[in-house]
Amino acid sequence: MSTTVDALTHLQALESEAIHVMREVAAELEWPVLLFSGGKDSIVLLRLAEKAFRPARFPFPLMHVDTGHNFPEVIEYRDRRVAEIGERLIVASVQESIDIERVVEETGPRASRNRLQTTTLLDAIEEYGFDAAFGGARRDEERARAKERIMSFRDDFGTWDPRRQRPELWNLYNGRIRKGEHVRVFPLSNWTELDVWQYIAEERLEVPSIYFSHEREVFKRDGMLYATSDHVELVDGEEPFTASVRYRTVGDMSCTGAVESSAANLKTVVSEIAATRITERGETRADDRVSEAAMEDRKVAGYF
Amino acid sequence: MDLLRLATAGSVDDGKSTLIGRLLYDAKAILADQMEHVEEVSKRRGSAVPDLALLTDGLRAEREQGITIDVAYRYFATPTRKFILADTPGHVQYTRNMVTGASTADLAIVLVDARHGIVEQTRRHAFLAALLGIRHLVLAVNKMDLVGWKEAAFTAIDADFEAVAGRIGVEDVTAIPISALLGDNVVDRSRNTPWYDGPALLDHLEGVEVAAGVELDGARFPVQYVIRDPATDYRGYAGQVAGGVLRVGDAVSVLPGGRTTTVAGIDVFEGEIDAAPAGQSVTVRLADDVDVARGDLLAAGAPVVPTRELEAEICWMADAPLRVGGRYALKHTTSTVRAIVDGVTDRLDVATLKAIPGPAPELALNDIGHVRLRVSRELAVDPYAVNRATGAFILVDEASNETVGAGMVLAPAS
Repeated sequence: MSTTVDALTHLQALESEAIHVMREVAAELEWPVLLFSGGKDSIVLLRLAEKAFRPARFPFPLMHVDTGHNFPEVIEYRDRRVAEIGERLIVASVQESIDIERVVEETGPRASRNRLQTTTLLDAIEEYGFDAAFGGARRDEERARAKERIMSFRDDFGTWDPRRQRPELWNLYNGRIRKGEHVRVFPLSNWTELDVWQYIAEERLEVPSIYFSHEREVFKRDGMLYATSDHVELVDGEEPFTASVRYRTVGDMSCTGAVESSAANLKTVVSEIAATRITERGETRADDRVSEAAMEDRKVAGYF
Repeated sequence: MDLLRLATAGSVDDGKSTLIGRLLYDAKAILADQMEHVEEVSKRRGSAVPDLALLTDGLRAEREQGITIDVAYRYFATPTRKFILADTPGHVQYTRNMVTGASTADLAIVLVDARHGIVEQTRRHAFLAALLGIRHLVLAVNKMDLVGWKEAAFTAIDADFEAVAGRIGVEDVTAIPISALLGDNVVDRSRNTPWYDGPALLDHLEGVEVAAGVELDGARFPVQYVIRDPATDYRGYAGQVAGGVLRVGDAVSVLPGGRTTTVAGIDVFEGEIDAAPAGQSVTVRLADDVDVARGDLLAAGAPVVPTRELEAEICWMADAPLRVGGRYALKHTTSTVRAIVDGVTDRLDVATLKAIPGPAPELALNDIGHVRLRVSRELAVDPYAVNRATGAFILVDEASNETVGAGMVLAPAS
């Protein structure tokens, strides 16, 4: 007696692909870690890890590279979600990297800890001996990311060589590495921003409140709206004002812009994303505007 | 809404990246800031029209040289379908990246420059697409504007390609005359080709039916990971269905060992389900307490005979050649074994698409050949032509850890 089975919808196909990737890594690498920032992509990663490994515990800890300049709403969400899920969270602190003089804090009104994160991340990977790190990066985010493999090799300096990537055939991932090397793994490679939001809505996942519209004191810089905070210095001519905004991405307060929006729930956020004419990084991330290949350069150095 | 995975193929300068840029642009999948960036860079480089190839050529080296080096993935959707598009390099030296892009695709767009017609790289890519199991090809005859939109130019190339398609065994070929640069017949039907009554490219992509891998009689389930929870005494075998449909109650063989048992339950995070189609990641519980580990295959329906001797087409991807007597790690589904090359039976002459009878001592970079391998542990394989997921393997050099070959299991000679 065989009933017909529906083919997978696009979200089911993407979900199954991501679960497969996570299980491959858990099976083939010794000591993975899942990078969890409390942002929407890593929230989806966390749900996928539950789908991949429950009822057992995750075969890896979670890690957040905390710049110390995060939105407090996001840190609060992060800690609550980690407690709910009952897994271990490691916090790698950029402030500590600064304190022990591994990195030097940028100065001036445009100072950002974005670049410094790379050192903190690589140091933590080395300190804990991780050989694989799951990240929530997606290929649709940015043109250099569009080129990266799902399982992406890093040499013992943590660097990515975009010109010599391993061929990645079918779903047969090659995770063979030597001691000191590691792989970055991107289970959401084939997801778009809209897929992520549709999935969050379908799964009824909670997200930090800053993804929904709220009143906030902001100021305008380079055409973007930034929150006023202790981490940002205003320069002449920058006047704070209150606006109804929401965030499309969650990064440092110093380099993540808000968008004007009245989308106050998942349904309206999904409609807003479906209709947008600007990419999420183009609209909200100052870190990508440095040069034509800003992301590629940071990725080569070991960035997320 | 379903998902169509497709790849581009064709020689360098035939306009693959431009076509994708055009497709994305006309499908409104290019957002304003991406377009602004393209316009700005194009202008800085002295180009009068926006160079749409800049949308997919995302690496510094690619933009400097104006060529595609590695596969880029792009995403777009229409109201009926989501598309994952792999833009692959045309240069012979980057063939391995083309193979990467094609390995997960169900349809390939083969681009041809209307002025030059079918060239060696067109044949090589069409052949590779077919070899990798792509059953649906679109022959996009590009740069029609540069041949004065002449029907004769199009039909001549179409006829030439028919011979190629016949030789590589692809039955579904749709030829479309286009101009990627100007947009003719990409999203909208062109007024420049009144003699053409077929669909525009995007219409075709929205409508084409591709098999989803569920047509295999029975089911294949490579065990990926054992999930145990001591607290609830749970033991399940996690994996992704790799062909057919797996159902609760199915009698399955645990291969290569050969013991049989029954699927007692199929679990997903939300609860139990009755059946899982190819592509779905699930966790399977078995009725009997048998020894099952990662690398085993649960097979229902069409029988699989485990073997230590493989006959396969191999696409070689490393500078150092594959040599008879060479040893490699071989990964097939979730199983990794060691393999020794017993012989290269023949190699493909890409110019004629005919086998150069062997035996040959080696396969060089980008060579494709029929290879005999012996493996250290029995593998439960299907012919690649029957089921891609259980017919594919990669070879890895154990010294460098590089992926050096893509293998497709051939049906046993009868």
